[in-house]
Amino acid sequence: MSELSVSVVAVDRSVWVGQAKSIVAKTPEGEIGILPGHEPVLSLLVNGVVRIEPIDGAKVAIAVHGGFVAMDTNEVRILAEVAELASDIDLPRAEAALARAKAAGEESPEAVAAAHRAETRVKAATSNTAAGIH
Amino acid sequence: MGAQLRVYRRRIKSVQSTKKITKAMELIASSRFVKAQQRVEASLPYTQELLRAISAAASHGSTKGAFVTEVENRKRAAVILITADRGLAGAYSSAIIKEGEGLNSLLKEQGVTPEHFLVGRKSVGYYKFRERKIAQSWTGFTDQPTYEHAKAIAATVLEAFDKPTAEGGVDEIHLVYTHFVNMAVQQVRVRRILPVEIIEATKEEAAEKLGSKVFPLYDFEPSPEAVLEALIPRYVENMIYTALLLAAASEHAARRRAMKSASDNAEELIRTLARQANQARQAEITQEISEIVGGADALTSA
Repeated sequence: MSELSVSVVAVDRSVWVGQAKSIVAKTPEGEIGILPGHEPVLSLLVNGVVRIEPIDGAKVAIAVHGGFVAMDTNEVRILAEVAELASDIDLPRAEAALARAKAAGEESPEAVAAAHRAETRVKAATSNTAAGIH
Repeated sequence: MGAQLRVYRRRIKSVQSTKKITKAMELIASSRFVKAQQRVEASLPYTQELLRAISAAASHGSTKGAFVTEVENRKRAAVILITADRGLAGAYSSAIIKEGEGLNSLLKEQGVTPEHFLVGRKSVGYYKFRERKIAQSWTGFTDQPTYEHAKAIAATVLEAFDKPTAEGGVDEIHLVYTHFVNMAVQQVRVRRILPVEIIEATKEEAAEKLGSKVFPLYDFEPSPEAVLEALIPRYVENMIYTALLLAAASEHAARRRAMKSASDNAEELIRTLARQANQARQAEITQEISEIVGGADALTSA
């Protein structure tokens, strides 16, 4: 069976590299699922959670902000300004940040963006601990 | 102890303490340099992939956007200088400023007014002293830049680029920074960030790497133009980020070298002064002996 070779790269480091069975990511047009043999695609990503199902081992969730995905010949590259492995996210801290950002209100675009980022982080962190990821 | 000898000893002590300081700075610069270089290396994969994606998008979609088209009648250009916050790094900052001056006069010759965007206290000081108008300046992070800093700079220059020329916007963005080649060689480089000139070059480069193969027929979402439009600000940020990282590595390398030669010079000075002090001491002893002998002679002959 063919497999995807995946690299998730943030501006200052490489976050996750490995072989995978499938990837689910969020684009401006909706969710995109990538399986081996998918047609070449180059798409922007909205801030959200990228879920990777590796060949072996547990599923990986990565919180991605401001990035895009490029896929060709079973090579998937996900680039992002900020990418964090769900396992690296400190859930209580992320939740506190979310509460703080929500309390700050929705007046300024920065506050909304901060709230959005915090929410993505919390989502990524909780999806990792939950038994089933879909 | 004679006056001359005391002066020599005092100077030796002062040079010794200077040497301790320069030696410490040299060691600090070396350790920071290693970290800076690691950061440069860590940022490479993103840069490569981003360039690849941009050239893929550019080769598919139309490349007629504002980011790639040169303006006929250029009025203003943004010039970003990346210098150091602190001195004691040899000619590091002054080389950048000099290159910036060259670019400024070149632009003026072509009838383009340069707008100055400055990074690092050294360039800000230079421009302030000459009472020139600074469009915006950033200081305090040149030895350890982060992506956030690059983003802030990129946001400012992109805003100026988006504004129509008539309202004070700029038509071009130039970047002057120090490229880190290796420990011994750093070069001052001038690059034009916008309008993008790199697309054609990277297209050729990428084509070379892929053999004669063209880019795969990507399915762009939402569209090639939209992807390109979204990627180019990322590209500007990334370019500034890379320049900041390279400049930081260069700064530490330059400081290390400057401090090494300062320590070496101090050592040399200490050696010369020690010789002179010894000579003075010997002269003093000789004089004392001859005085004693002279005195004894005078007593016996009396």
